Amino acid sequence: MRKWKALITLAAGASLVLGSLAQAQITLNALFMKQAAYSEDDIKAMTADFEKANPNIKVSLEFVPYEALRDKTIAANASGGYDVVLFDVIWPAEYASNGFLQDVSSRINKADVPKIFPGAWTTVTYGGKYYGLPWILDTKYLYYNTEILKKAGIAAPPKTWAELITQAEIIKKKGLVKYPIVWSWSQAEAAICDYTTLLAANGGKFFDASGQPAFQTGGGLKALEYMVDSTKRGLSNPNSKEYLEEDVRRVFSSGQAAFALNWTYMYNMAQDPKESKVVGKVGIVPAPGVPGLSTASAVNGSMGLGITAKSQNPDAAWKYITYLTSQPVQEKYAKLSLPIWKASYSNPAVTKGQEAVVKAADVGIAAMTPRPTVVRYAEISTILQKAIQNALLGKVTAKAALEDAAKQVKALK
Amino acid sequence: MTRRQQPTAWLMLAPVLIVVLGAIGYPLLRTLYLSFTDSRLTGLSQVPKWVGLGNYQHALSSPDFQAAAWHTAYFVLVSVGLELILGVLVALLLNQKFVGRALVRLLLIVPLALPTIVNAMMWRWIYNPEFGAFNALLTQLHLIGDYRSWLGEPGLAMNMVIVADVWKNYPIITLVVLAALQFIPKELLEAAAIDGAGAWTRFWRITWPGILAALSVAMVLRTIEAVKVFDIIYVMTRGGPADSTKTLSFLVYQEGFSFLRLGSAAAYAYLVVLVSVLLIGLYIVLLRRQERAT
Repeated sequence: MRKWKALITLAAGASLVLGSLAQAQITLNALFMKQAAYSEDDIKAMTADFEKANPNIKVSLEFVPYEALRDKTIAANASGGYDVVLFDVIWPAEYASNGFLQDVSSRINKADVPKIFPGAWTTVTYGGKYYGLPWILDTKYLYYNTEILKKAGIAAPPKTWAELITQAEIIKKKGLVKYPIVWSWSQAEAAICDYTTLLAANGGKFFDASGQPAFQTGGGLKALEYMVDSTKRGLSNPNSKEYLEEDVRRVFSSGQAAFALNWTYMYNMAQDPKESKVVGKVGIVPAPGVPGLSTASAVNGSMGLGITAKSQNPDAAWKYITYLTSQPVQEKYAKLSLPIWKASYSNPAVTKGQEAVVKAADVGIAAMTPRPTVVRYAEISTILQKAIQNALLGKVTAKAALEDAAKQVKALK
Repeated sequence: MTRRQQPTAWLMLAPVLIVVLGAIGYPLLRTLYLSFTDSRLTGLSQVPKWVGLGNYQHALSSPDFQAAAWHTAYFVLVSVGLELILGVLVALLLNQKFVGRALVRLLLIVPLALPTIVNAMMWRWIYNPEFGAFNALLTQLHLIGDYRSWLGEPGLAMNMVIVADVWKNYPIITLVVLAALQFIPKELLEAAAIDGAGAWTRFWRITWPGILAALSVAMVLRTIEAVKVFDIIYVMTRGGPADSTKTLSFLVYQEGFSFLRLGSAAAYAYLVVLVSVLLIGLYIVLLRRQERAT
């Protein structure tokens, strides 16, 4: 009898130990990027909080440059490896049609849908299904150096793209900076983001109603002509064609540019004395518009978090994603990336110290224009990047470059 | 080996053979198979369609491929050529006796020890059009009037990437040549000097033949590496501006990972391999000749 008791106690003890072991065994592998939006430290801090609240889940983080996010996700689809991946607004079409991500439509809390900006939702939806939750709500704003504008006698930042040229001309003529505007026009996706902003401002379209390329005419053509023309006149920094966003930030933060187009994250970094020489001189407004066509322009540069098709722990992964995208967490870390939640924009804890950003975001987020949501976006983007570079280098005219690109895009189908 | 020993020998070799064939042979054959299909790098297990030589035809007739082939050839010729000249000159210098020679020889290892990615990042900074050290140096020497872009102009960009690559890789040539130089008897050079041979004659008649064999091997190895160039381009220019630094390996990467066309990427890769195989053939011939010479 005593033997039995001892055995039962032992079994109970063992099952307790084993049970807690089994609980502690979930490890999530998550893939993030180390540029723009939330910093590596912010993400680590959020994750530590999550792990504290969920002691049975461990999250191992990996940070890669933006350019490597997609490659890593695709490569991992064959071998497994990640549970949670960060993805850009331009990838869901491709990810969904190739089955890289889990369809999470049934997990979405329908009550949350109207509380989040529609622009954020487009990041994670394709074909009427949800493939994750939006996390980074971002667009490019027009930054300006308030001191340079004051010295040039300019009262207010530009409201139209034509006005930007006029103001840049004044600044150049007065010799305040050599090249007043700096952009990220390197042969990379960054160039497409700037191009899309201009295309949207000029009322352009990437594709017409029948799905044929339309960027080579109208607003799309005007956008590239604007880029080429401002470079030729020495108003846009000619080095823009080898710059990514971080280069733009460095040039602007060192006071060598009066205007720059960049994401939200630059605002607080340009106000950080460790990173910048223009602290206290940073102005931000929505990217301008074109009279009669638009009052402001913006590209949808949002990003979302999804669960990979190969993930063995989708429930834990969903818990983690839900935590990161939750309103309190987003409001706590709102300095480098603004929340996806509409209500956050009236929360003083979020707006304090960055009223200018929030004011610009009010207009910018509403104007956000998506890049084409097509499965073969990567190829279309590559073709357009080359066309933009060819035109910027003066090898061909903007019209010829885009017409050639349109021909190549047509041949893809 | 006697006939009786042979089965035992094969048995002993079997584990290694299996590993080698599994690790090298299988991927090679699998890639070859893929290059004749239209398979895609996706999770859906669609059965790939056999397209015969279609991928190869498409590659050879594509203007992008031809341009990339030309960029690769230019990169190989210029970078390996410069590495040869610089490598031999530095080796000759380091073969002289002077104070601090050991330290300089040690410094030679530094570029070699750097990972290519680090080297590429470093040069990207050096070339930075607004803050780069290269611009600072040239303006202070009054060689250029104003800071300028080095990686933003087609043509120039490729040459600047080559400079970065040469800086990292010429020490290999130097080390190999330096080793070969140790085998040239001093007496031979002294005797030639006494017989009235000038420095130039001594170099061409004694030193050059002495280092040629080792140099050829190092050159072919460098050439094979250069044909595969990818990482330095990926970091420094990503193929830009306007595709002017897009090499064959970059095209393979783009085709496979960006466009998910595994089949045609495999065909592109095999065409690059073909070039490498020709160079490896040359390498083996040179090795044989060296064996005969010694």
